[in-house]
Amino acid sequence: MANKDVLRRVGEIVDGYDCRQENLIAIMQDIQNEYKYLSVDALELVAEKLGVGVAKVYSVATFYENFSLEAKGKYIVKVCCGTACHVRRSQPIYDGLREHLGLTGKRKTSDDGLFTLETVACLGACGLSPVMTVNDEVYPKMTPESAIELIESLRAKEGESDGKA
Amino acid sequence: MAKRKLTRERLDALRMEAKTLLAADTREVLVCAGTGCIAGGSLNIYDALKAGCEARGLKTRVALHHENEDGSNALHFKKTGCHGFCEMGPLVQIEPDGILYTHVRLDDVEEILDKTVMKGEVVERLLYQLDGVSYARDSEIPFYKLQKRVVLENCGSTDAEDLEEYIARDGYAAFEKALFEMTDEQICKEILDSGLRGRGGAGFPAGRKWDSVRRQPKGKKYVVCNGDEGDPGAFMDRSIMEGNPHSIIEGMLIAALAAGSDEGYIYVRAEYPLAVERLRVAIDKAEKLGLLGERIMGTQFSFRLHINRGAGAFVCGEGSALTASIEGKRGMPRVKPPRTVEHGLWAQPTVLNNVETYANVPLIIRKGAGWFRSFGTEKSSGTKAFALTGNVVNTGLIEVPMGTTLREIIFDIGGGIRDGKKFKAVQIGGPAGGCLTEEHLDMPLDFDSLKSVGAIIGSGGLVVMDEDTCMVETARFFMSFTQNESCGKCVPCREGTKRMLEILTRIVNNEGTLSDLDLLESLSSTIKETALCGLGQAACNPVISTLKYFRDEYLAHVVDKHCPHCNGKKKGLVIDPDKCKGCGKCRKNCPMEAIAGEPRKPHTIDVDKCIKCGACMSNCPFGAISEEV
Repeated sequence: MANKDVLRRVGEIVDGYDCRQENLIAIMQDIQNEYKYLSVDALELVAEKLGVGVAKVYSVATFYENFSLEAKGKYIVKVCCGTACHVRRSQPIYDGLREHLGLTGKRKTSDDGLFTLETVACLGACGLSPVMTVNDEVYPKMTPESAIELIESLRAKEGESDGKA
Repeated sequence: MAKRKLTRERLDALRMEAKTLLAADTREVLVCAGTGCIAGGSLNIYDALKAGCEARGLKTRVALHHENEDGSNALHFKKTGCHGFCEMGPLVQIEPDGILYTHVRLDDVEEILDKTVMKGEVVERLLYQLDGVSYARDSEIPFYKLQKRVVLENCGSTDAEDLEEYIARDGYAAFEKALFEMTDEQICKEILDSGLRGRGGAGFPAGRKWDSVRRQPKGKKYVVCNGDEGDPGAFMDRSIMEGNPHSIIEGMLIAALAAGSDEGYIYVRAEYPLAVERLRVAIDKAEKLGLLGERIMGTQFSFRLHINRGAGAFVCGEGSALTASIEGKRGMPRVKPPRTVEHGLWAQPTVLNNVETYANVPLIIRKGAGWFRSFGTEKSSGTKAFALTGNVVNTGLIEVPMGTTLREIIFDIGGGIRDGKKFKAVQIGGPAGGCLTEEHLDMPLDFDSLKSVGAIIGSGGLVVMDEDTCMVETARFFMSFTQNESCGKCVPCREGTKRMLEILTRIVNNEGTLSDLDLLESLSSTIKETALCGLGQAACNPVISTLKYFRDEYLAHVVDKHCPHCNGKKKGLVIDPDKCKGCGKCRKNCPMEAIAGEPRKPHTIDVDKCIKCGACMSNCPFGAISEEV
């Protein structure tokens, strides 16, 4: 995302927080919210505008689970692995999705670039466990089968819109 | 609603006005808009119900306030906070009859409108049913009937975004009292007298904390609310932030008065977007009315409140890590002392409490310390919200007086174990807590009793486990969580939890040895004594408590190399009764004393004791013993 428009927008975001260091986390959250990840260029610009070292920005970006330094898929799928979901068997859902999406080793994003699979430590929707989210929308009481069905319905939707375009 | 500058008289007038409106406000449609019910589609149901009413020519409104006379007859539609009965969601309640519908679907909307809203009839099939009895009103359902909802009272009955309704229910009356009628010292004393202890884990008396900050030299001081509810299996604070955000703001205002602070922060987990949104709306409305800002209600007291979103680090629930995170740094704890009350946010004296603690404050100031002490036990007064989850029939959010027993919570309120299975254990206090077993079912739940058995209330997550749960695997799960969340600053936690996780994984995979158990114990005590912060110190609690109460399960993994929960039913050796002559050779040769039988009668093998060594097999003269198929 190293184009001019993106960097201009990143600059605007930092300015929106008065270039104050203490807002570093909020600034990176806003950037990630728009671009789904934090690019090296963006982080360098943030460091420059805040007047801190790139190392400091990088150290904060890598400390928090929510920040990603890699591009993510269009749909971010999170399987809750909190205690309540765990005892109601969320692990098979995660394993099933990994297999279905053909993810091996450290890869989290499917080959078509559509889905990124992650785990999340408790969404606080324990009453509906096991739960998963797709782009922050919560899907309750999942099974490995219904999770795959959901992925496929999203994939079909993508296929349709591609066809129209 | 306020064009003029807010004064005490004006707030009182507003309250009187709102109370009149509330009293006249009888026809209501309440749709649960907690995270759980929204996931079930409750917002679509809300829209459909409202549109359906309008299509039937009924007047509707969405706030307590209405501009004209007509409005008083209109149906008041509310998106409420969490009702707590998440298992049964989406929930819709129709007032004045208090009819509670469960598992409502979009298809049910027309029927609810035609029957209940238009004619006052009940749609039987949507009612909560238990043991063949259907319950029309929530107050009659055992799940609610046995609770004592004080902090959660407004969650589920009021519109979380309607400030006027909060005011009508005596909201901000406690702040008013504290601001105009009490000194900072009196506020601290009232909180101290109430016996309110922090609801976030350790249970430190809130009044003492406030008083420590008050006694610090004058200057910049902060009030911080910990809404970083990271314990997996806990969502009490989420529900309060979503369902009754003004109670937290009011509690923080009172804390600021007591401590002499003019600025506050609420730190909310990133995983709770709805809570952030509701708090933003609440702060915005409170600012507009003049309850937050400069020289509030014409006094010298000013208070500004900010929201900070977390970014997914469990350790930020620890005080010094949380303040570091607010400052925009890596959320790593520091060595204490100095404590947060002396050296907190930006090195200034800071009051740091969690969401539920602040939510209790307005009630204590308004109703008095004595009222608060009428709940709970001598040393743990008040009520506590718990998130009841796992293998229990009724999962959800509950509130009970401190000192209620686990049996009452799990079996009476929770309705017992799912699918008729047997209770095995309950994990309390998340990854920092411990598990409690059958023998603790009648122990009162309060800070001190729990501490005495190696567990903590923590923030209040209760995860119920049934007979099919492997406790070793559970301990491994928690260790994997803590290890993943270790910030890496101190060696005992960073390296120690990693090694413990390796050992536990080995044991779960039936590759452990008996010496691994000793190693786990010695590592636990080392980490407990040397880790820098609470996260590391408490990381071993699940291991220590499962080793203590479920050692047999560890032994199943280590000695038998077979866990009935993880590996299915154990297969042992069996004696064919047709071939066995009852000679007793097998019995005499069994090292585990697993074989029983009378002379000259067929013998039997106890599968649980059998380690499949084969000694009996090789000694049987009749070839009667074989492996079970």
